[in-house]
Amino acid sequence: MKIKIIDNRKKFFTFSTILVVLALISLVFKGVNYGLDFTGGNLIQVKFEKTIELKKLNPILDLISTEIPQLDNNSRKVQISDGNVVIIRTPEMSEDMKNKFMKDLEEKVGKYDLLRSDKVGASVGEELKSAAITALLVGLVLIVGYITIRFEFKFALAAVIALFHDIIIAIGGIALLGYEVNTPFIAAVLTILGYSINDTIVVFDRIREVLRKKKVGSLGEAIDLSINQTLTRSINTSFTTFLAILAILIFGGASLKVFITTLLIGVLIGTYSSIFLASPIIYLLDKDKKLDDIVK
Amino acid sequence: MRKGYIYRIIFVAIVVLSAAWFTVTKPVKLGLDLKGGVYVLLEAKPEDGQKLDNEAMGRLIEVLNRRVNGLGVSESSVQKVGDKRVLVELPGITDTEQAIDMIGKTALMEFKIQNTDGTLGETLLTGGALKSAAVSYDNLGRPQISFELTLDGAAKFAEITRNNIGKQLAITMDGEVQTAPRINSEIAGGQGVITGNYTAEEAKNTASLLNAGALPVKAEILETRSVGATLGDESIAQSKTAGIIAIGLIAIFMVVFYRLPGLVANLALICFGFITFATLNFFDATLTLPGIAGIILSVGMAVDANVIIFERIKEELRFGNTVMSSIEAGFKKAFSTIMDSNITTLIITTILFTLGTGAVKGFAVTLTIGVLASMFTAITITKVLLRGFIMLFKIDKPILFGVRGK
Repeated sequence: MKIKIIDNRKKFFTFSTILVVLALISLVFKGVNYGLDFTGGNLIQVKFEKTIELKKLNPILDLISTEIPQLDNNSRKVQISDGNVVIIRTPEMSEDMKNKFMKDLEEKVGKYDLLRSDKVGASVGEELKSAAITALLVGLVLIVGYITIRFEFKFALAAVIALFHDIIIAIGGIALLGYEVNTPFIAAVLTILGYSINDTIVVFDRIREVLRKKKVGSLGEAIDLSINQTLTRSINTSFTTFLAILAILIFGGASLKVFITTLLIGVLIGTYSSIFLASPIIYLLDKDKKLDDIVK
Repeated sequence: MRKGYIYRIIFVAIVVLSAAWFTVTKPVKLGLDLKGGVYVLLEAKPEDGQKLDNEAMGRLIEVLNRRVNGLGVSESSVQKVGDKRVLVELPGITDTEQAIDMIGKTALMEFKIQNTDGTLGETLLTGGALKSAAVSYDNLGRPQISFELTLDGAAKFAEITRNNIGKQLAITMDGEVQTAPRINSEIAGGQGVITGNYTAEEAKNTASLLNAGALPVKAEILETRSVGATLGDESIAQSKTAGIIAIGLIAIFMVVFYRLPGLVANLALICFGFITFATLNFFDATLTLPGIAGIILSVGMAVDANVIIFERIKEELRFGNTVMSSIEAGFKKAFSTIMDSNITTLIITTILFTLGTGAVKGFAVTLTIGVLASMFTAITITKVLLRGFIMLFKIDKPILFGVRGK
């Protein structure tokens, strides 16, 4: 069996364009739900001895908020899971305020086990945003540089277009799901960058090899042949990585959920783009050239 | 040729055995998110006229170090981040409130004359003149802090008390008056007590703060993260399950799809595990929750190098080559692909390591080690094992590679 990629390239381009547009719509209209690491503030996660309902908890928090304004209905975010695990996110509180709140919580609601208490200053959150963008840009520049050295600039250009495609769709997907994103999300996005490029390079590497052997008549033929020859590898590797991700998603617990979902979307879309998008882009860029000029 | 092969077997055996030994004998260092504990990020805020140079930061870190040691936490760390920040990590601590309180306080003790209208005069002496402080109890059993001054301090203290007999001497801590006894006579010995209505706990903390010294620069707490031990234990248990299931599924897939080489890849995967953990231990790297995710992820990627090689071998077999020459050619042709594709991943992990903090760094470290270990196992260990199997069992049927022979 052989998949005809180049002949069907318009279909793949259309599909990708639709996905990217949908992702952008979700980014513009829904936006990324920034978590504590980005916005700053306090987060307290406690496990009460008895189960508690939001209906009962809210009035108590309203009462406490008369003394601690950060806790009022508009600024707090409360989430209950497993019946007795409560996560409360508020704007930044001073140490004294937080300690008072923790005491109030025990007196008015009941005994609890403190699972987690985080405080992030607003300036730290701002810095994280700029650090994330720097990391992304530095990553892209280095990857373009490496591919240009090992292959040629047009391969790098195709790879980077595919990368933007993957990242926009992954971030758009997370925005659509409404998940709160924190520092690990940045790590996930950058990992997608590395993973997707890894896949793309395996295909490029084969294209280069096929072109050097000069057994094919056209660039289109060379690309089709290369993709088909590496197809089993692309699918198998993505599948084993997918198995690892799935195991973490199902059994790895709530702390890793956003991180691993981002990776899941990224790996799926990254595999797709390195097969169906990156190589046809090279074809578009180079189709009018003579075969001998493409490979140095 | 044969001799070279024996050397390689010995080399691989030494690497794997020492890796296994390193993995088993030394427990992995767990991060705060797995072990529980506190992480505090402070930023120095120099006041007008104060200079914030390396020396000032050095003194700040020194004082913080003494305070942290006073808390009696093993494995604690105080390190400089950037130009004006200090990161304090206290794994395994349970009373997080107290720890944060102890770290963030400036703890500047000052002696001032309190005027009759309650206002304070200028600073006459600071906590810098202190030699030591300890908790003691007054006649009624109430906790108080007794202190001893240095020789210089004692002389100054004597002078102050001599010149101000009949007035009130206030002792303040970060600007707050703790006590303001009336001076009845000159105090020469350089010893005194602060009776400040303390609880035993407060007295103990204040004494240890005084012993550690005041922060030379004001420091503001920018970020605190504390994780309870329960959550850490839960995370470890969950990631163990996830890891076992991920490895199990991948192992089954490899055998079903690649037969004999798949089996060999699984053996290599065990070696990969040992090498990864041994390297983590060797560099004393800290394992965090995202770090564990990085390891599980690199298992998925670890088989990638094997998959690239096996697909190449299959291609060669389909051309009708013998098993042995297909293996040679397969490894050779796969090499540049494996290098190129992994180097880009390493570029990314390097960026994550350089620009990231805490959890992200942990992820970058394990993924880097994972990628390097996977390249090593695929290129050397899988090859040695595969050739070993072929020679040992005289295998010449492509079907064992999942390819129908010609």
